[in-house]
This record gives sequence, structure tokens and C-alpha cells, in this order.
Amino acid sequence: MRKLQNTEGSKDREANEKPGNWKVNFNKNANMIKQTVDKSISMVFLILLLILWQIISSVGSIPKYILPSPLDVGITFVKVLPDLKDHLLTTLWEAIVGIVISIIVSFVLAVLMDSIAFFKKAIYPILILSQTIPIIALAPLFIIWFGFGLIPKILVVTLVCFFPIVVSFVDGMDSVDSDLLNLMKSMKASKLMVFRHIKLPAAIVSFFSGLRIAMTYSVMGAVIGEWLGGEKGLGVYMMRVKHSYSLDKFFAAIIVIVVLSMLLFKLISLIEYFCMPWKKVKAR
Amino acid sequence: MNFYPNDDKSSVKLNEDKNSIKLEVKNIKKSFEGILVIENVSLYLKNKEFVTILGLSGSGKSTIFNIISGLMIPDEGEIIIDGEDYTGKTGRVSYMYQKDLLLPWKNIIDNVALPLVIKGINKKDSRKEVEPYFEIFGLKGYEKKYPHQLSGGMRQRAAFLRTYMFSRDIMLLDEPFGGLDAITRSRIHYWLMEVLEKLETSVLFITHDIEEAIFLSNRIYILSDKPAKVIDEIIIDIPRPRTKDVTTSVRFNEFKKHILNIMDRLY
Repeated sequence: MRKLQNTEGSKDREANEKPGNWKVNFNKNANMIKQTVDKSISMVFLILLLILWQIISSVGSIPKYILPSPLDVGITFVKVLPDLKDHLLTTLWEAIVGIVISIIVSFVLAVLMDSIAFFKKAIYPILILSQTIPIIALAPLFIIWFGFGLIPKILVVTLVCFFPIVVSFVDGMDSVDSDLLNLMKSMKASKLMVFRHIKLPAAIVSFFSGLRIAMTYSVMGAVIGEWLGGEKGLGVYMMRVKHSYSLDKFFAAIIVIVVLSMLLFKLISLIEYFCMPWKKVKAR
Repeated sequence: MNFYPNDDKSSVKLNEDKNSIKLEVKNIKKSFEGILVIENVSLYLKNKEFVTILGLSGSGKSTIFNIISGLMIPDEGEIIIDGEDYTGKTGRVSYMYQKDLLLPWKNIIDNVALPLVIKGINKKDSRKEVEPYFEIFGLKGYEKKYPHQLSGGMRQRAAFLRTYMFSRDIMLLDEPFGGLDAITRSRIHYWLMEVLEKLETSVLFITHDIEEAIFLSNRIYILSDKPAKVIDEIIIDIPRPRTKDVTTSVRFNEFKKHILNIMDRLY
């Protein structure tokens, strides 16, 4: 509600400043109000769900070790947050290293696939095939091969993340208008020139949409890797508290994972915004 | 109406002043998968001349341009530019499409400077080189804008300037204004007429719009339907620079009627 009032207020102010533009301003503000309302709908719905959950748990038909109430989870969350810090940093580190490796691998694969048709024919089907392998089934193998350290977790993250990135990269390069490529050819542009000025920027645009998806997967991948054993990390923590039936702590860890994933998602959107200055300016 | 035969004789007869000829297309033939698309087309372009190839859509006009620009190799015939054989060689003439093909991630000045960057000139110098042309081309103040901030007409102007920056003596324009609405289109015609007066460039132009062809051209080649061959050549002797009033003049309409008659007989 406060937001709504704010936009109303600014509408009045702007209208006073530029009386001739009142209609434009009114439309702009009407749009902003609509956006705010749209955003709050899901928030309100979420709060309603939480209230419902709270009511069901307080009525007392479900024991706390099966399903803790949102309030319990909230209290526990604040209490265990200091303990979670180390686990969180480990998971975050695994996720970020995994993402960086994925980006590098995807970049190399995408460039090779784009420049060598034979390579694409050979690799692309295998890439798709690799996505049908259940990662949960692979993770124990990684632990057998690489031990309980960071490497198996990073590998899981990489396996989960690189696919959306490489696909978006390749699609971005494929999406370049063939007339544009002909124009470059008629100018006798070298392959490197075409790559630098045309294909790479075109790929960057779709690369970010792939990266955003990958980013949300990355934390999940790290947690899956940690479930199967390790010393630190949110997944390890979750397994430990699960064994002692402290489900409130389990849910607290889930909240951390959700918030972390969302922050990473936002971070990518922010980087995207700064990487593409041409998107910042408004259309005519 | 007299049909000019399309053999070498006629082109020799028409090319009296050999020195002023920039570009010559000699007896080119091209077929795709056994279907003849271009059947013996010969034409020429003189210095500072504006020549239009007029024909229906899908009559193989763009194929002719692809051959001239070196993107395609003709089955027979050759492309002579400034007396040298350029058949199948790219990087000599500049090519403009109906789509502006401006890069959305580069601002207008960098888009326009791209041909120079491709030629190996560094970013700073190429910007410096294109900058003075923004005034001539009526793009002053748009240097730092991105393509999506410009109207369709302004984008085509920028694309035209980019085309000019690549090759300043021969430009191939393939229906460059086909995507614009009628009013923007006639405005850009007047603009082009004005700009061309200031430049030393020869233009080969493709269109299916008769009025556009008459207004802009010194000469018009009329192309038959597939397989393409030149069936007539018309010299438009209306003095240049031409203004708006030309389009409603008697002479203009005589040309229009003449061309319409030829084309009616064709299809």
C-alpha cells in the first residue's frame, strides 16, 4: 500500500512540474501501479499459503518432527544462521567455481561447434544425451573417483550448468541473420572479425538467458553433491539435521538455498544490464 | 517500342566512352539446380551514374547483385570493374539490403565505421574518418544513438552511409527502401537525390517500383521474368537534381506509361 501511495504522490508532483505532459505521466504512473500490483499478487498468495500452513500446524494434527510450523522455522532460521555461515560459503564457492568452469567449457565448445560443422555434428547429440543421465546417479561415482572434497561437488555443478549455457551460446551464434553474414562476406571480413563484431555480441544476448537458468541450478547442483557426503556445505548440514529429525533446521537451510539462488539470479541480471549498454536506452 | 538485343554488340555500341565505365557485367548466366535463373545479362555502369534494374520480385535481380559483389560465381560471363576482372571476388563493391542490418549492440557511429574496422583501421581513426559524413547524410546528432532509437527512415540513412563507407565509388542497393511506408519513402528519395549530388559515386539500384526507378535513375534496365534477361534500356533524361515537382510532370508520366506498357506486354 505504501508503494501505491508513493507513486500517486510522484504522479502529482510530476504533473505539477510539466502540466502539458500530464497524460504521459499519468499513463506512466498507471503502468507503474499496475506493475506493483502484479508483483504483490504472488506475495499476498505466498503469505496466505504460509498462514494456512501455520494454522494447520497449530491445530496440532501434525507433529513438529514431521512438519514444523512456519513460525518455528523462522525462529530456528534466526538462531542457526551463524552456524550456517560456513556451510553457506562452502556451497557458494562450489557453485561459483562450477559456473565459471561451465562458462569456459561452454565457450570453447560453442566456438568450436560454430566454426567446425563436423564438430557440431559429432558433439551436439552427445551433449543432449548427457542431459538424460540422472545427476543423482552420477554423484556417488564422482565421490568414489574424487573423494569427499570439493571436486565432486564442483563437477556436479558443472555438469548441471554447462548445458543451458552452451545451448544458449550456440543458438545465439546461429541466430545471426544470414543476410548480415553475407554482407560481412561481401566486405571480405575475416572469420575473426565476424566473430568479434557479429557472432560474439549476438551470442552474449542469449548467453545471459542461459546463464540465468544455470545460476539457479548451480546451488541445487552443489547441494545434491553435498548430500552424498562431505565435510561442509548446506547439503551436508541438511543431511545431518535430517538424521536428527530437526526438520525446522532443514527448512531453515532450504530458505537459505532459495534466498541464495535468488540473489545469484539477480546478480546475473545486474551483470547483464551492465554488459549490454544498448538495452539501457529507451526506444524512440 | 524497340527491343535492344542482348548481345555483346549492343553493349559495345552503348559503351562508347570506355574510360568512364566503372562496372561492366558481361553476358552472365546462372542456374540453380538445373533451373536457369539468369540468361545472358549484360549491363554497364558509368562514373557517377545512377542505374536501376527494374523487374518483378523473384526475377533474379538479387542473384545479379550477388554475382557482382562476388558472393556468387556465375556459370558464364564476367564482372569487370575499372578494367579488371572481379568475377567471384568479394570486397570491391558495397552492398545494401532492404533490411538495414545495423548491429543493435553498436551505436550509429560504430555501425557506420564497421566497414573501416573490417578493413583494418582502428576504432578511433575509423570514427574520426566517418564523423564528417554525418553532416552530409543528415545524421548529425545521431552518432551516439543505438539503432532501435531511430525511425526506419533514419536507420536506412545510416545503413546507406555504412554502405558508402565501404566502397565510395560503386554501390549496389537492393531494394533499400522497400520496407518503408510510402511517405517516408518519398522523403528518403528526395534526401538521396540531394546526398548523391555531393558524392562521387556510381549506384546500381534494384527495385520493382516504377516511380522510384524513374525519379532516381539516369538509366533503367528492364528485366524479364525468370530466366532474367535485359529486355529494354531506357534513358531518363530529366535534368538532375530532381525535386518533388518532377514526379507530377508530363515527362515523368510519359516515362511511366512507356515502362508500364513494356511490363504489361511481358507478364
